[in-house]
Formats: sequence, structure tokens, C-alpha cells
Amino acid sequence: MLTKRIIPCLDVKNGRVVKGVNFEGLRDVEDPVALAAFYNRSGADELVFYDITASFEGRPLFADVLSRVAAEVFIPLTVGGSINSLDDFDRVLKCGADKVSVNSGAIRNPKLIAEAAKRYGDQCVVLSMDLKRVNGSFHVFAKGGREDTGLDAVEWVKFGEQSGAGEVVVNSIDTDGVRGGFDLEMLAVIGDAVNLPLIASGGAGKPEDFVELFKLPRVDAGLAASIFHSHEADIKDLKRMLKNNGIPMRV
Amino acid sequence: MIAVIDYGVGNLYSLSCSLHHIGADSIVTRTAETLRNADKIVLPGVGAFGDAADKLRALKLDTLVKEQAALGKPLLGVCLGMQLLFDKSYEYGEHEGLGLIPGHVLDMTPFVGDKKVPHMGWNSLDFRKPDDPLLKDIKQGDFVYFVHSFYAADCDDALVATADYGVAVAAVVRNGNVCGTQFHPEKSGETGLKILAAFAKGE
Repeated sequence: MLTKRIIPCLDVKNGRVVKGVNFEGLRDVEDPVALAAFYNRSGADELVFYDITASFEGRPLFADVLSRVAAEVFIPLTVGGSINSLDDFDRVLKCGADKVSVNSGAIRNPKLIAEAAKRYGDQCVVLSMDLKRVNGSFHVFAKGGREDTGLDAVEWVKFGEQSGAGEVVVNSIDTDGVRGGFDLEMLAVIGDAVNLPLIASGGAGKPEDFVELFKLPRVDAGLAASIFHSHEADIKDLKRMLKNNGIPMRV
Repeated sequence: MIAVIDYGVGNLYSLSCSLHHIGADSIVTRTAETLRNADKIVLPGVGAFGDAADKLRALKLDTLVKEQAALGKPLLGVCLGMQLLFDKSYEYGEHEGLGLIPGHVLDMTPFVGDKKVPHMGWNSLDFRKPDDPLLKDIKQGDFVYFVHSFYAADCDDALVATADYGVAVAAVVRNGNVCGTQFHPEKSGETGLKILAAFAKGE
């Protein structure tokens, strides 16, 4: 039986884990290698690392962090942030990433999805989308959620699937940081639009939010940061609770 | 010494880290002499079957792998590396495999009902041959990490363990000294490390 997945997300800036609330107001949390090892021991099904270091000079530090995580954590690692070219794919895959998530880079250059899928396989390419309600539909936002691209989310995700993306992350700007639960309405719409594994992000505030999330049959995984970083939810307890609620979990 | 074949396909860093972690002596190589001198060989791989098979052939590693397998050397194929062990794949055309395990590699899509393809995530193992040395330290129902869209079919005799995804997915296969896992043991947590250790320490 295929399980649903619980995925902690680590935003890494200058070699440290930070967490944005509504993409603003960063605060230092912990050492990424220690935190990754902790989550691995707690039963995390995958880890996502976003490189939010703005400068080119920060790249080697991120590569070092990633290599050190990959050397001691043996679960899938997805890397996102500043992925704009095949060279960027190459750079993070060499440090031990299994999947690479593209967001603004794919909006600027939509061919990147197909080129990366051809070179590294569909399974490697994760289309990450920051979405927000605009006049009754869902728009794709760029630049960390600050800029409305005008792209319709359903059209964009279908394009991503046709181009060879192997997985989709839906991050709701509307619920991110609010901690009132995942954006079930948005997730249902995107889930029906494509036949790809779907990761929900943005809004987890309490363990029960994940129970509600996995009632949506098209959702495969729940991604969150602060609820885990703050130890408000322990992954082991959360997964046990979900399993007791009839949700297939690896515990 | 375990030789991990580097033919330009796949995440060799994680694989060699995991072998290092379990205390196995390993080397990433494409050199014939190193492969011939190794005690065991791991054939990794991600991406498309045709490209990978072409790359193996271009480096003349296909004949070398077949030669070493025929000598009785333990060989483990991982993910696409497992698929390459079979006779043929129908991924975007028709491609010859290494022919070390009888069977074919097919698109999963028509066989999984309404389930999503790729088959991505943690799935539980159903043992077919519980006495296989690769399974000796893990349990029926243990979870391992899959990510693939094609699967090995017509290989019932080789099935050591399967995973249910609408169809019984060939998860662990063996034909004598040649074995393979469709999932990624190097990404399957403790369970995966135990499988790698069983290969590393086995006869």
C-alpha cells in the first residue's frame, strides 16, 4: 500500500534554517544538518530544502550543507530555490538531491521543465507553484509570492504535466503562515487538473489539519515548516495519529 | 570491494554515501579492470531506459557486466539499473536490455487503474520468496521508496518481493547471482540500508 507522505521543509539561508511567515520576517531556527537528521529519526518521509540565499556567493555554502545532509540522511531530498537552468539542476543533483523543484525559473523559461525532464527524468522535476486567489481564480505568483504573473494555475499545472514534471507542489499564499489549515479548495482544483503526485503546502497549524488534508483523495503529501520547527507537532506522533484515522502511513 | 558503475546516469553520491554508512568498501568507477577486480557490482540508474542502455553500450560496459555476471559475481541493479537487467523495454520505443533476467519492462499506466503515474512514494513489500538473502534483515510489510513509471513484467520466476500499486510491481527480483530492486534502497531509510547491507555482506 502506497502511503501518504509527511515532508518537513527547511528554508536555508547562509547555511542556517530559517522560516518565513507569509514569505517575510525570517528568524533563525537551527542547523540544517542536525535538523534533517532529527526529522529523519522522527519518521519524515522526505525532506525539502529551499535555498533562499540571494547571492551567488552563498551557493557553495548551500552545496556544502546539502552534501553533508545527503551523507547521513537516507530518505529522498528535494531541493528548490534559485533553480533557473540545467546547470542549476546539475549543481544540486551532484550534492545529493534526488528531486529538483522549479518555480520562478520555470515561469521565466517554461522550456526548462521539458529540458530538465529529458535530461534527468520526469521523476526529478518538481513543479512548485505559489498560488493566490485573484478575482475568483487561482493565479501563479513569482518572486517568492510577491508578483502576480497573471498565469492561471490550472493552465500552468497542465502545461507542467505535459512538459514532463513528475510532481507538483501547491503552496497557497492565502493560507501560508495563517496556520488555519491547508487550502483545501485550491488543492481540490489543482488535484483534479492533473494526474501527478500532489504535495500540499501552506497553512498547517495543528496536527488535525493534516487529517482534513488527507481526506482529499488527490493529495499525496503534506509539507510544512514552522509547525515542525517549533515542535508543535512531532512527526512520529502526527503519523501515528493519521494512521489511527485510517490514513495509510509509514510508521 | 563493491564497484558502483558510473556510466553518466544516476545519483551516485547518495548510493556511495549509503554504502559508506553501512561500512561497505566501495568505489565509483567505469574502468574495466576495477570492475573485474571488484567482489560485487552495483548498477544504478535513473532517467530513460533507451538513453541509459545506449550509454552502457557506448562505454562497452554492457558486455563487461554480462561477462562478470556469467562468472557468478553478485550484481545488484537499482531502479532503472534493475530494469536494464531484463530482456527488453518498451519505454519510448523498443530497447534491448542486458538479458540477465527474463522479462520485459512496460509502461505502468494501463495497469494501475485510476492511480497516478509515476508510482512515487513509500510502498510496502509483499514477500514472494522470504528466504532470499536480500530480505534476511527486513520484514514483510516494511516500506521502501519508489519512483518510477515503467515496471518489470513477465518475470514471475524472478519475483522475490512485490509492491501493490493496482498491479503487483516487481520490487525485488533475482536470477541466481543477479538481483535488483525497483525502489531506491539508498533512499529507503533503515529498511533500505539493511537491504544494501545484506547485499554487501552476502555470499
